[in-house]
Amino acid sequence: MARELSFIPKLAKKARLRFDRHSGSHMIVYPERGLALNGSAAEIARRCDGTRTLGAIVDELAREAGAGADERAIVETDVVAFVELLAQRGLLEP
Amino acid sequence: MSAPRPYTLIAELTYRCPLRCPYCSNPTDLAAHDGELGTDEWTCVLGEAEALGVVQVHFTGGEPLARKDLEALVTRARELELYSNLVTSGVPLTKQRLAGLVERGLDHVQVSVQSARPDRADAIAGYAAHPQKIQVMRWVTELGLPLTMNVVLHRANLDEIDELVALAEDVGASRLELANTQYVAWALSNRDALLPTRAQLEAAGERAAKHKARLQGRMDVLFVKPDYFGTTPKACMDGWARRFIHMVPDGRVLPCHAATSITPLRFDSVKDRALADIWTSSEALLAYRGEAWMPEPCKSCERRTIDFGGCRCQAFALTGDASATDPACQLAPQHALVEAARSREPGERRYLYRGR
Ligand code: SF4
Ligand code: SF4
Repeated sequence: MARELSFIPKLAKKARLRFDRHSGSHMIVYPERGLALNGSAAEIARRCDGTRTLGAIVDELAREAGAGADERAIVETDVVAFVELLAQRGLLEP
Repeated sequence: MSAPRPYTLIAELTYRCPLRCPYCSNPTDLAAHDGELGTDEWTCVLGEAEALGVVQVHFTGGEPLARKDLEALVTRARELELYSNLVTSGVPLTKQRLAGLVERGLDHVQVSVQSARPDRADAIAGYAAHPQKIQVMRWVTELGLPLTMNVVLHRANLDEIDELVALAEDVGASRLELANTQYVAWALSNRDALLPTRAQLEAAGERAAKHKARLQGRMDVLFVKPDYFGTTPKACMDGWARRFIHMVPDGRVLPCHAATSITPLRFDSVKDRALADIWTSSEALLAYRGEAWMPEPCKSCERRTIDFGGCRCQAFALTGDASATDPACQLAPQHALVEAARSREPGERRYLYRGR
């Protein structure tokens, strides 16, 4: 099921986004496990704070990357896929 | 081989516990233990664990609330940015103390429940604790903390899945773990009273799957089958001394809670050596880390990187040899031991209690 761009993602209460000094990257820690994030995933996760829609997150990231119209489509695919992964792992508020 | 990075520290702060659960994994020779680590020692251990790579700590026991310095340890965990989880029976706890722990940075609480029915729950735990647990779970969610409700399943409560799910929903749990008893340590002596029938297990699994689908996105429902009824063993702790550091109250460092049941192993204590030194070179941790110790059929089995040859404690308990393939595996030379237990007639339904 594809998510609407109007969806407002928020990390679940149990999930903590933090920097990991050992790997030099970010991770999401929750009781059962941890999820290591690459740079772009961390940028997306950081914005899942319940104040932005998926569309707004895509806009911000595309702007920061100086992406053109076709590249924006790639950013959108990445954002939607990553947010979906978070949801599947129960890491998003319902 | 360099030591793998541990991610999780399971800190058993004390053996003291007011409950008496028949499947408890605490050592059966309870009285023999004292010499719990002090506050300074645990504080130091948390720092050493973080330096090794640990990002989360589970404070457990016994009953961790029995320690007056739990607050100090939660504070330290937060300073180190460790994700902290309190695993508790909820006895004894006041809302005030819980609020204090939350203020100090506690991230998550896990409460174990014996049964959804108060009379049964108390018959299993041997203590009138059930109403208190429900109260504690409500406090956790009222204080805005995520809650996991955990139930150890066995013959006497497997028919309660619907009620257990309803209870978890009612108290606002974000996760419900329905885990069947693992028959090592204490639970093995009670195995015949605890082991369910296959039909019972399948019915429970189906109920759990229905609720899982219904609650998708709201509550995470996890049903863990007992490996006695599977064809391959469980991935024990993600591998021996690989991702988890399990510490017992006196400071010894284990790969898992039940590992002291493997009596030939001697576990090193942080009272004598630094945690990093133990993690990289303790003989007991090296004994079954990696694959070098594996016998056939594990050695050439493609599942060896998935289940790591199964549970060492179970292998030892059932065969007397901790390096044997876990008898829960259908490929194990001694699989017949598990088959025999599974098909045995229900035993006398009386539990052997610890300390009685
Ligand atoms: S060896 Fe693994 S499966 Fe066995 S008791 Fe220990 S943790 Fe559990
Ligand atoms: S043979 Fe060993 S590695 Fe293969 S499934 Fe059985 S226990 Fe696992």
